Amino acid sequence: MNYVGKRIKRNEDPRLLTGQALFVDDVDLPRMLHAAFLRSDYAHARLKSIDISAALQRPGVVAVYTAEIMGEEWKPGPALVSPPPTVENVLFNSRTQVPLVKDKVRYAGEPIAVVIAESRYIAEDAVEDIIVDLEPLEVVADLEKALSPQSVLIHEDLESNLAAQMVQVKGDYAKARQEADLIIKRRIIIDRGAAAAMENRGIVADWDAKSHFLTVWDTTQAPIPIRNGLALRLGLSEHQVRVIAPFLGGGFGPKMMMFYSEEMLIPWIAIKLARPIKWIEDRRENFYATTQERVQIHDAEMALDHDGRILGIKDNFLHDTGAYDPYGLTQSHTMGAYDVANYYSEIKVVFTNKMITTPVRGAGRPQGIYIAERLLDLAAKELGIDPIEIRKRNFIPPDKFPYEHCIIDQAFSPLIFDSGNYQPVLNKAATMIGYDQFVKEEQPRLRAEGHHVGIGIVSFVETTGVGPYEGARITVQANGKISVATGVGTQGQGHFTSFAQIVADQLGVDVQDVQLVTGDTAEFHWGTGTFASRGAVVAGNAIHASAVAVRAKILKLASEVLKAPEEELEIKDGKVQVADIPHLSISLGELATLANPLRGAVEPGTEPGLEATAYFGPKYGATAFGTHAMILEVDTETMMVEIKRYVVVEDCGTILNPMILEGQVHGGVAMGIGNAYYEKLVYDENAQLLNASLADYLIPTATEVPRIVVGHEETPSPLNPLGTKGAGEAGAIPVPALFAQALENALPEYNLEILESPLSPNRLFELLQKKEKSQ
Amino acid sequence: MSHTIDIALTVNHIKYERSIEPRMLLSDFLRHELGLTGTHVGCEHGVCGACSVLFDGQPIRSCLMFAVQANGHEILSIEGLGTLDNLHPLQASFMEAHALQCGFCTPGFILTLVPFLEKNPNPNEQEIRQAISGNICRCTGYQNIVEAVKLAAEKMSAAHKE
Amino acid sequence: MKPAPFEYFAPTTVDEALARLAEYGYDAKVLAGGQSLIPMMNFRLAQPSVIVDINNIPDLFYIRENEERGLRIGAMARHNKVETDPLVADRAPLISDAMPHIATVQVRSRGTFGGSIAHADPSAELAAVSVALEGSFLLRNQKGERWVPANEFFVGLFTSVLEPDELLIEAKFPALPERTGCALVEVARRPHDFAIVGVAAVVTLDENDRCQRARLVLYSVGEGPVIAHQAAEMLKSKELTPESMRAAANTAANREIDPGSDIHASAEYRRHLADVLSFRALEKAYARARGKG
Repeated sequence: MNYVGKRIKRNEDPRLLTGQALFVDDVDLPRMLHAAFLRSDYAHARLKSIDISAALQRPGVVAVYTAEIMGEEWKPGPALVSPPPTVENVLFNSRTQVPLVKDKVRYAGEPIAVVIAESRYIAEDAVEDIIVDLEPLEVVADLEKALSPQSVLIHEDLESNLAAQMVQVKGDYAKARQEADLIIKRRIIIDRGAAAAMENRGIVADWDAKSHFLTVWDTTQAPIPIRNGLALRLGLSEHQVRVIAPFLGGGFGPKMMMFYSEEMLIPWIAIKLARPIKWIEDRRENFYATTQERVQIHDAEMALDHDGRILGIKDNFLHDTGAYDPYGLTQSHTMGAYDVANYYSEIKVVFTNKMITTPVRGAGRPQGIYIAERLLDLAAKELGIDPIEIRKRNFIPPDKFPYEHCIIDQAFSPLIFDSGNYQPVLNKAATMIGYDQFVKEEQPRLRAEGHHVGIGIVSFVETTGVGPYEGARITVQANGKISVATGVGTQGQGHFTSFAQIVADQLGVDVQDVQLVTGDTAEFHWGTGTFASRGAVVAGNAIHASAVAVRAKILKLASEVLKAPEEELEIKDGKVQVADIPHLSISLGELATLANPLRGAVEPGTEPGLEATAYFGPKYGATAFGTHAMILEVDTETMMVEIKRYVVVEDCGTILNPMILEGQVHGGVAMGIGNAYYEKLVYDENAQLLNASLADYLIPTATEVPRIVVGHEETPSPLNPLGTKGAGEAGAIPVPALFAQALENALPEYNLEILESPLSPNRLFELLQKKEKSQ
Repeated sequence: MSHTIDIALTVNHIKYERSIEPRMLLSDFLRHELGLTGTHVGCEHGVCGACSVLFDGQPIRSCLMFAVQANGHEILSIEGLGTLDNLHPLQASFMEAHALQCGFCTPGFILTLVPFLEKNPNPNEQEIRQAISGNICRCTGYQNIVEAVKLAAEKMSAAHKE
Repeated sequence: MKPAPFEYFAPTTVDEALARLAEYGYDAKVLAGGQSLIPMMNFRLAQPSVIVDINNIPDLFYIRENEERGLRIGAMARHNKVETDPLVADRAPLISDAMPHIATVQVRSRGTFGGSIAHADPSAELAAVSVALEGSFLLRNQKGERWVPANEFFVGLFTSVLEPDELLIEAKFPALPERTGCALVEVARRPHDFAIVGVAAVVTLDENDRCQRARLVLYSVGEGPVIAHQAAEMLKSKELTPESMRAAANTAANREIDPGSDIHASAEYRRHLADVLSFRALEKAYARARGKG
């Protein structure tokens, strides 16, 4: 093996570094027009009238559209993911977003009209010309009040604001509770925020009226479903639509949401006006118009015996889905990495007058892990057991894999942990951060000097590499280079390199000679997208399977050409040669040409060229594991927190490119730190977002993110030939739980119980004040 | 009120003359008037730093300048720094240290770092982090960017010695 | 987020600029560094119909000393020049202290001293520093000019006494007396963010190391920089012990400010920080005055 497992520099970097990589806003077409949206200021209102006459008069304005103008062609977006088929008694009220408001506004920022003009500048001027008459309605902003019988209804055809309800049961929690020596029962509130990728969303649609072909550039993580859905909506055939997700400036989840209002509208307008239309989201819009994660309120309970062994967990919680629920149910569990025999959870998904929520990096696992780790930490305190020890007592032991949880995971497959070996990872993290040394020597010494330092260590699991499937096609070209096409898009994960490594190893070429196309439906049109830490696992294995097939074809043909048995052949440096006889060789390019003759006859059943297409779909997701440890210091006068040391040990099975993996971990941790202490979308009681700018929505910069030391363990997955598991979200998952533990540890005199996320200096001040007053 | 103003400016060592609306932001001018799309727009309120370019050698946020203000001045954008065959030491270092993932914020970081390294040829970790604290990256967690800067500093001081 | 249309003028002399301001009055906005104005225009929170760009007036770009060994800073002195200027470090070290806290490297390439002052942001370090150093500002219009002491210049949230037809020309700072130490301390979520609370302290000692005069100015605690007069009175002629400084800080925080709440900090937290930071600023200024800081 030459490349897999090595820190190979990225193929895509030179173009990105020199400004020669295409992002959606770089697309510039002749006669292109620009769109700007009029969005509702109110979160809940009836639309009485719209007057667009002044906007139409403005020079440079070509058209204005409203729901009324769309007429019969106005229709809501599709429900993307139906409720889990394998769970009984799921209640699901599907209500999907609309292209433009028709009768009622349901969140602040919902689009009411769109202006098409010669420049974005003029379009924004014209947006201000539009006069809208909105009758404000009572706003549903609070999750719990939303479910009260007195609450106003967001969807008036429903009986309440309940969007969905689902119960998951494993074993018998009630019985476990009776047998428990200790019950830890707490209300925990977890808020997450926006993905806030550096590139906002955007879409360019170009309808060629003469060839009847629609090309769309879209900042989507799911170009293939977008293409299929657009074709259906617009009454076209799939082969008449091409969706390209070029280089994307980060995704992190919300770009996986499909059929945003803009995605439904812009291509439709492009066809109507027969001119290319571009819409680029600005940063303020991004806070209103792109999905995000928000609050969950958990009433959670853990039942344990006096040795700290978990007998069962129960978690009833409310989840804020916003005004619509196109994305279905993505529910994670709260059992962590632990051997839990009894589990009961009931989720109630609630409509509110806010933007739709869909998964952001972590996708429910940060919340689930927060619950599991916090309850365990509190149990450890009550029982006087060390936090590391209590975790070891509860980890699923290595001989119990594959471990069945009897409920479903967030991708609707059975929740089965494929493989794992957790203790060594935890031990390694403890060693790397110097846990014992810190607790025994450093911490007491620093405390005596007046420093409030604390240590935390938490673990997590993450279901990754979920189905349904992905595919890839690999072709040896006449110039000897290898072209690879796969359906997943790339938002910075290094697919152009990690996937190339897989191919290069199989086909004996230089990794730089493997050229990938991702995210272009003209190149490959089967697959779902990049989400849930599945790119490397699912697309990677499809690529592996395809490469294996191409290798077989190469050897078969080369064997005929070189007149030597296949066993004696080797492929390296871009050619096939008979082992130890260098002059008996043929380059891959020549071989590819021979495989595609212009004249002559071929054997019946022969496929031309050296090409293969393969698919991979795992039975269920591969479970990755990790431990994070952190030492921090709190200035109890200013409430400022400084992270002194940060360690991650992760186990995501076989590592394709350690450099890329570590980069993913660093980035994930940075986001986790944001979720723990900096990022919060602040809504007021009228569901107005108060901090829709990067000046007030605080993303960590280089002075807030510490140096992160990353260690690796590799427990391969039995679910795929590469043995790999996903890692894209891992860094972000345990950080809020880690922060809570470390803060409590830093402030023992306050005996804090942190049951919320995020925190902030202001909030820490309030918590400490409350404690001081009560003592 | 769509009067235009004539401007003449130098971008990446090439002189341009244009007639533009005074409200056109420098970021939009570079990207859409001149087709230099390597400068990226992340926020248009001067916080994220993705649009950073050099203005008479100083790092500025191009979303916080009207293009007409650049009349008579010199701009350096990422396209003017290095080419595919001839990467600037910072560009080469970013690649070696895996200091970019999606690459959207990267030109802003690199241009901010050019004058920084000129003034601080041997910066320590804290100085580097301070220097880039005006640029937001959502992908890398900054660590590899810091490594890339140290690497570039080494490369550039070695080149000076030759 | 594109700005609304406007008419644009780029005068090359102060007189030309003043003529434009006289002509357009309230319809015009002066464009200095643009680091505060342009974001507001991009958000369309500000939609001036006329912009008078003063970046091409060489007469406004200077940092020099005045006759009494004090400091004169031209309105268009850019932050990055002020930051590294040795004259500023010598005559008004409090300004040098403040500079790294002001936003980011890129903002400081364009932002100007005068622009920051004229914007009158209650979180602005330079406003508080100007008040702490007892500076004054030269305002000029076509009819004449006037000097306004810094502590009379800021009258409300983003509001100063600057008239629509007036241009801020210069900031002047007197020489600091012997045995004077200054310090600026602030707390911000990220180093380059607006201060949640900030304090600027100037302490002058007599020959017995007692406090001859103290000046404590708090910012981000109300509508503009706030001088803690009572706290300063408490310290006059006193020995600067931790106790006396804590008492002064406590007074400043609890009796002399009326901080507001916003999404980043409650009024209580601000008050608490004002107390903590006033002490730290006094302590640091005192140490510097004694030559040990």
